[in-house]
Amino acid sequence: MTGTATTDPATEPAPAGRPSLLRTAVRHPALVPVGAVVVAVLVGAVVMLASGIDPIRAYTAVIEGALATDNLDYTLSVFALICGMALVFAIPLRMGEYNLGGNGQVVLGGITAAAVGLYAPLPGVLLVAVAILAGAAAAAVFAAISAPLSERLRIPVIISTLLLSPIAVAFGSYLVRFRMTDTGSGVSQTPRLPDAAHLGSLGDLRYANVGLILVLLALLAFWLVDSRTAVGYELRTLGASRRFGAYGGVHIGRLNLGAMAAAGAVAGLVGAIMVLSPPYRFIDGALTAPGYTFAGVAAALLAGGRPALLPLTVAVFTILQVGGSGMERDADVPRQLSDVLQAVVIIVLALRTVVEARRARAGRSG
Amino acid sequence: MNVLEWGFVAAVLTATTPVLLAALGGALCAQAGVFNIALEGQMLWGAFAAVVGSHYSGNAWVGVGLALVSTAVFSAILAVGSPRWAADPIILAIGINLLAVGLTGYGIRVLFDVSGTFSPDGLQGLDRMSFLSDVPVLGTVLGRQSPLVLLAILLALGLAFWVNRSATGLRLRGVGEHPEAAGSLGVDVQKYRTTVVLAAGGLCGLAGAQLSLGNVTVFTENMTAGRGWIAVAAVMLAANRPAWVLAACLGFGAAEAFGFRLQGVGAPQQLADAAPYIVTLVVLVATRLRWLRRTREVAV
Repeated sequence: MTGTATTDPATEPAPAGRPSLLRTAVRHPALVPVGAVVVAVLVGAVVMLASGIDPIRAYTAVIEGALATDNLDYTLSVFALICGMALVFAIPLRMGEYNLGGNGQVVLGGITAAAVGLYAPLPGVLLVAVAILAGAAAAAVFAAISAPLSERLRIPVIISTLLLSPIAVAFGSYLVRFRMTDTGSGVSQTPRLPDAAHLGSLGDLRYANVGLILVLLALLAFWLVDSRTAVGYELRTLGASRRFGAYGGVHIGRLNLGAMAAAGAVAGLVGAIMVLSPPYRFIDGALTAPGYTFAGVAAALLAGGRPALLPLTVAVFTILQVGGSGMERDADVPRQLSDVLQAVVIIVLALRTVVEARRARAGRSG
Repeated sequence: MNVLEWGFVAAVLTATTPVLLAALGGALCAQAGVFNIALEGQMLWGAFAAVVGSHYSGNAWVGVGLALVSTAVFSAILAVGSPRWAADPIILAIGINLLAVGLTGYGIRVLFDVSGTFSPDGLQGLDRMSFLSDVPVLGTVLGRQSPLVLLAILLALGLAFWVNRSATGLRLRGVGEHPEAAGSLGVDVQKYRTTVVLAAGGLCGLAGAQLSLGNVTVFTENMTAGRGWIAVAAVMLAANRPAWVLAACLGFGAAEAFGFRLQGVGAPQQLADAAPYIVTLVVLVATRLRWLRRTREVAV
């Protein structure tokens, strides 16, 4: 694999200038993430104006669609799923690896949970618990394949996860179409899971359920490992510098295996939650179609993989995602605009190096 | 099912061409030391632009032209962002790929008021090379293909020659292998890198046009379906060498065409969907294992 292109900022001409308000503002650490969201909202507005849509009406519909009191319950349930998918991308990102196989991992987790829910002769709570654990385990093993491929065979995680993902999606699709089909419905879906396999509800909420708690626990676990343990320190060291980490005696292969397995386990959890929640079936395509995987990627990148920031950035993209449907309904804006906004956030984040180079230069001259 | 016939070769070439065009772009970038994994999104944009161009002009070649030019412009995000502004090429590419999905999906909704699939009546696809149809063998293999199929193969051979045998090709490799050394010899590293990323954009545009106006005559949301990633894998397999990229892509094309044939005799569609990825992964792992064994022998 060829190396990535880099520019040495020193070779670029340093601008002459004195400290200004603009420069002080440019140095503030919150500038990049907030700026990225602002730029995305502005680009979205331009795209809408270009296609003859009133952006203010559209954005009002986004906020209302996501945050109106009646919709909060549903928004909360989507928050849980996107938060899970953000963890799926964030955990390996912490050590500098890109897990883009979320779709395949979710599907594998979902279909495994569905199989356990349908066929395992287990009583009550045990059935739900085993279904979730089995989903998480299957996806964890599947995701972990990428670690040895990367460490031993030098196939980057980003490539192997992307090539493995469609295989798992096709496998899930095959099972639901030919092996676990709800005969008679005419749709590629499993039969409805028995009552014992349904996730418990939270009070009188209709959408958000115990799944939310499970995802928050996973987030808490990631935060604790990341900030309080040696493993977390090693992860972050590798993320900052591979060679420094290796020099410092970090077992890269083992850490990568753990990070990918953990990411896969969370993806499996998300898949299981989706299947064990209404309509209590594995429906072909239903786990990947809403685009939670890439909303999670965008949220994780915006947070820089930092667990403490994830809830905030996940909230941003949840509002965008749920509000996107409201926008489509109320303001007749195609929901694909949500994808555009997510993409712009990621691109602006990637281009932050421009700001950083300027900051470095300002630091030298000032 | 008979795979030992010229019709199957034709099907292989059809499946190969979009991936090959994109992979050649990726190989050029890799030769210059740019990790370009935005091929998927650029190909999707090209497929969209080609259909838009053909629909409004009534001429498929206008579609191809629009795909070529607009995808090169689209790739400017990567060309300017990654080599010049030192942005992380991977994060940038993730954004570009997602942007293409969003913009094209949004585009067909806003422009044509359809969702998912756009195939208007009278959408012009690319001409077939029917002048070849009376030639034995060649007629069966290429007679019902678009000229882009032939172009892709010639490009692969031409680029192989150019990279290996020309002065500019040598400089390109120098830029990738040792940018400082190339720079000290007076080669403008940035210019080479920016140019190849834009050229790769153009090639991805052609790849998309072949997909939406050559292989079929329709645009569907996310119709590249991972072909850009297969192209990236093909570049890795071929260690960036254009002639080997051709070989790797033919292997992929064979897997896809074979999958289709299997479907024809009653195998599940999902097997056909997964076949190219399984074959790509298996070959990738096999070649890397061989490489691992060889480097071990050298070490001992």
